[in-house]
This record gives sequence, C-alpha cells and structure tokens, in this order.
Amino acid sequence: MSGSPGDALEGLPFARSAAVARFEDLMFGSIRLEELAEQARGETRKNFGRTMRLFAPLYLSNECVNTCKYCGFSKDNPIRRVTLKPEEVEVEAKHLAGVGFRNLLLVSGEHPKEVPVSYLAETVRRCVGLFPSVAIEVAPLEVEEYREVVAAGAEGLVLYQESYDRAAYAEMHVSGPKRNFDERLGGPERGYEAGFRRIGLGVLVGLADWRRELVALAGHVSHMMKVSWRSQITLALPRLRPAAGGFQPRVAMSDRDFVRAICAFRVAFPQAGIVLSTREPAKLRDGLMELGVTMMSAGSETEPGGYTGVGKARLHRTVRGREVALEASEWEGAEATEQFEVSDERSAEELSRALRGRGLDPVWKDWDRALAG
Amino acid sequence: MSAQVQTTEVWKIGDREFRSRLLIGTGKFPSVGAMKLALEASGTEIVTVALRRVDLTGQRDPQADMLEEIDQDKYLVLANTSGAMNAEEAVRLARLAVAAGLPKWIKLEIHPDPRYLLPDPIETLKATEILVKEGFTILPYIQADPVLAKRLEEAGAATVMPLGAPIGSNRGIETRAMIEIIIEQSRIPVIVDAGLGAPSHAAEALEMGADAVLVNTAIAVAEDPAEMARAFRLGVEAGRRGFEAGLGPTRREASATSPLTGFLDE
Repeated sequence: MSGSPGDALEGLPFARSAAVARFEDLMFGSIRLEELAEQARGETRKNFGRTMRLFAPLYLSNECVNTCKYCGFSKDNPIRRVTLKPEEVEVEAKHLAGVGFRNLLLVSGEHPKEVPVSYLAETVRRCVGLFPSVAIEVAPLEVEEYREVVAAGAEGLVLYQESYDRAAYAEMHVSGPKRNFDERLGGPERGYEAGFRRIGLGVLVGLADWRRELVALAGHVSHMMKVSWRSQITLALPRLRPAAGGFQPRVAMSDRDFVRAICAFRVAFPQAGIVLSTREPAKLRDGLMELGVTMMSAGSETEPGGYTGVGKARLHRTVRGREVALEASEWEGAEATEQFEVSDERSAEELSRALRGRGLDPVWKDWDRALAG
Repeated sequence: MSAQVQTTEVWKIGDREFRSRLLIGTGKFPSVGAMKLALEASGTEIVTVALRRVDLTGQRDPQADMLEEIDQDKYLVLANTSGAMNAEEAVRLARLAVAAGLPKWIKLEIHPDPRYLLPDPIETLKATEILVKEGFTILPYIQADPVLAKRLEEAGAATVMPLGAPIGSNRGIETRAMIEIIIEQSRIPVIVDAGLGAPSHAAEALEMGADAVLVNTAIAVAEDPAEMARAFRLGVEAGRRGFEAGLGPTRREASATSPLTGFLDE
C-alpha cells in the first residue's frame, strides 16, 4: 500500500469534490481490501443489479498520424496497416451481431485523411441497423464534428485521457495532434454538448505514477457528473499490454492495487459504469465481475478486419507518411497488426457461461435506437 | 379462510381489476429463471419490463427476449420507458411498444439524470397528456409531489406512482409526509414506487393507504429472490389488512394515565 499522492488535481480544471476525497480515502486509507470489496459488491448490486452488460470493439483503422511511445499503432512502427472500407466495416459488424453483441464500439487510430469525420459517420450509419447501441473511440473532435457522428446514430463516446500527468503526457506523445493535452481533456465535454448519452473516461495505467493518475481520473469523473448530468459516465483503468514498439510500463500496478482501485471507484461513484476489457486475464476478470465492473468485452480482436479477414488485400506499411507495399515474404498469413495483445481470449459464449456461473445475467441489449433523439 | 394469504379485496386501475397489490420490476435479476420464480412467489399480476431491454423491431431478437419469458396470459406486461430523457423519446418508445404487440399500458419513466434516475415532472406531464389522448393507460413515475399528482390525474393518468426514495436505494419511504398528502387527495390509485428495500417498507406504504407498491431491486438482488418476493407479498398483505382493519392513531408516549386531567376521576 501507498500513501495518498498529495494534490494530484493540480493543474487540472477539476475541483476536489467530496466524491474525490472519498475515493482517496478508500484507495489510500486503512480500510481492508476485503471490507472494501464487500461494500463494492453491495453498491454494484444495488445500482446495476446482478447483471453484466457486454460489448465488442470493432477496429476501423490502425493508421495513425501520431507518434506515441506506448501504442502499437504509433506512426513509426513498421506494422501492417489498413483502413476498412465502410462496406467492410459492415461485414465485421454483421459478424459481431451474429455472435450476439448488441452494443458496438467503433475504434480507430487518428488519421484525418484516411479516417475523416464523414467516414466515421458513414460507418456508424452502416452499424446502427445491426446494433441498438453504437459508440465511438476515436481522436477528439470538435462539437460540430461530434454532432455529425451523433446524427448518424452513435450514442456513446469513449475518450481516455491516457495520462493526466502533463509532463508524462508530453513525453509519451512525441509528435502529432495528440500532443495537445487540453484539446483531449476537453473532448468529453464537447461530446456531451453534441448529444452523446454515454461518455467513457479513462486513464492508461503505466505511463505515470498511477496513484496520481487515479485521483485525477476521479476528479474528471466527478467533474463530468456535474457538467454532463444527463449522460451516463463510465470509467476504465486499462493497464498497458505488450504491443508493437515494445514499450515497457513506467510504473507497474499490482493486481491487488488494481482490484482495490475498481472497488474504490465503485464505492465513491456508485452509479458510474466501470468497463473491463480483454486486456486483463480471465482469472482477474472473473474475480472482478461482482466487485464493480458493469461492462465487459469478450472475444475481442484489436486489429481492423480481425473478425472476418476483410481488408487484407490492402495491407501496407507506412514510411514517413507514405504507403509502402508489403514485401512478398510479409504476406504469408498476414493480418493487420493489433493495437495490443488480448489477454482474456475467451469467446462471448464462454464469458457468458462464466458470468452465469457467478450468478450474473449477461445483458446484450440495454439501449434502444428510439431513445436517441 | 384458506391457509394461503389472500388479498382481501379487488382494486382497479382504469377498468381492470387486480387482486395483488404488489407490482414487480424485471431488471437486475441474476437470471431469467430466478426472475420467473420470484414472479410466481410474489403473487403479482403486473410486471414491468424496460423497453430498452427488449426487441422493438418485431424480429424477436434472441439476445433481448425478456418478453418471451413472461407469461402474458398470467401477467399484465407494463412496458416502462426507462432511459427516455424527455417526452418526445418516451412517446416514441410507447408507440413502438404497441407496434411490437405490447398492451397499451405504459409505466411512464422519464429521468434525464442517469444517476439518481429522478423523474422529470415537466416532461412527464407533457408525455402523459400526449399518450392519454392516444388512448394509452398511463402510470407515471413521479417525485412525491402532491400538486403534480393532481395535475397528472386531471391529465388522465390512470394512477400516480410517487417514489419513496431514489430507485435502487433501499431506503424506504423517505417521502412519507408528501405521500400522505397524495393519498389523501388522490382520486386515482396511488402506487408507491422505488426505494422500498424491505417487506416492512411495503407494509408501511399499504398501512398508509397506498393502493399498491412496485418493487424491483430489493427482490432482484436478494440472495434468494423468490423468498424475498414471498416476503414482500406478505408485507403487502399485512399492510393492507392493517389499513382495512383501521389502524389506531399513533402517539408518542404511553397513555395509561392522565397526569393532567386524572383529578377528574379521583
């Protein structure tokens, strides 16, 4: 255990609310983990019932104009890249709908030319007929651009700050538009203004002192709950996974601290959704099912075309911003390169079984298109 | 007198008669099987289902098949508009529900705040006015606001459903003083909804003269949902019987002696 990190909100436009203070107290105070877990389980049941919402990510593109030290898609990594055509996105979406998902997350690298807003809107339009709920996880946009995506039918926005530590953020984001910390920080509020109904915040654990990062995230969650009072706020604490580029986490966070963080967030923010992806191993995901997590993905692929193989024929590399054809030897069995290695490789069906085994009902649909104005 | 507890009298919503005074919500259960057992044990006749959890396209989506699991000959399915943020969305959902073959009975829930799920009075009144004109039977979820309750009654709502405490909070009837006024003034059934965490809370509502209660979280997340449903059934029965039997007035102290006027009897 570690002490409270002092004023982690310094330099951030968030107030240290009662909920943030409560989070700090639970995270860094003397309460025993088992006792905290019991409280977390109780709050989860009260607010979300004995259920788990399921979703699937669909990667649109792994092309990116940013150089970020920790990300597999980083511009200078010599990886196999592709941007799916809208009709290929639809093929992937149909596959996921067939597996059973009704809640879709469209993910993309940042590339204004390959992945413009009009393209995002088009892919959303192609997916809304198949999924009652569609969310996007892309580079931060302006209000008017977000409006275009909302009008196309997306209701959820996921935008993780990655790091709330300005120095670490500057060090990690070497070049590209992502270097702009404040532009990213303001994204969720712009998304709310544009009409998103669910907004996901998060920090990528491993870039800076996680103690400070968690408190900053708590500040952001608390802030957004006041500002965007009509939207559902979710949060996530993805821990860095092995990826192309071979970046090593700066600060490791133990499983024990990770579990404590999930529980502390649950008790301090009883109504916030908490997302747990396939980055974490099966055993840990199973243990956390009842302790605060409300949304899980399963059977995830983190590369474009990963579910059905679409887009393979156009795989290429990018060297100094120019497309370069793959060498003949590179084609053998080639797929686009993933963003990170998935840890929990269970299928949606296997995860559902595990949920039921713990007395939790897997919920596929909990949103209807009729709700999005 | 049969061994099983029976409701003492029928009551009505609109023209429809019911015996059970316990309405059950279907969210948050650990499994469909557990939900069905709980419904059975509760003796309920009215079951609410969130429209956002079911398929409204008419394609019988197996991933959203809650309705397939509820015997609609046995239970009246009361679709709720949970998730709707304004009147427009609630009205759209209600119309879709009917198009999907559900009864024209709607539990109107409009809560723009996804955290405490507190109902928006303005949008709720607006949606009630629209849907009543379209022939719906409307049961609105409201803050325990007596004036709003009367306005909804005038707008043609079939019941009012004031909250005891925020949804899922299990805190009981924290709005007691206002619910007493609503019950006193209302000409339509009053169903206390939300926040009832224990069978004694349900008994309290019925003792106060509420016509019925709606319970979801307390049953769904209990270790044994069916047993908790049975307990709520008994709580409702006890409260109603107490109300009908005529509860004595409450006082703060024992009243065996009359220290101020006892001299009259000396």
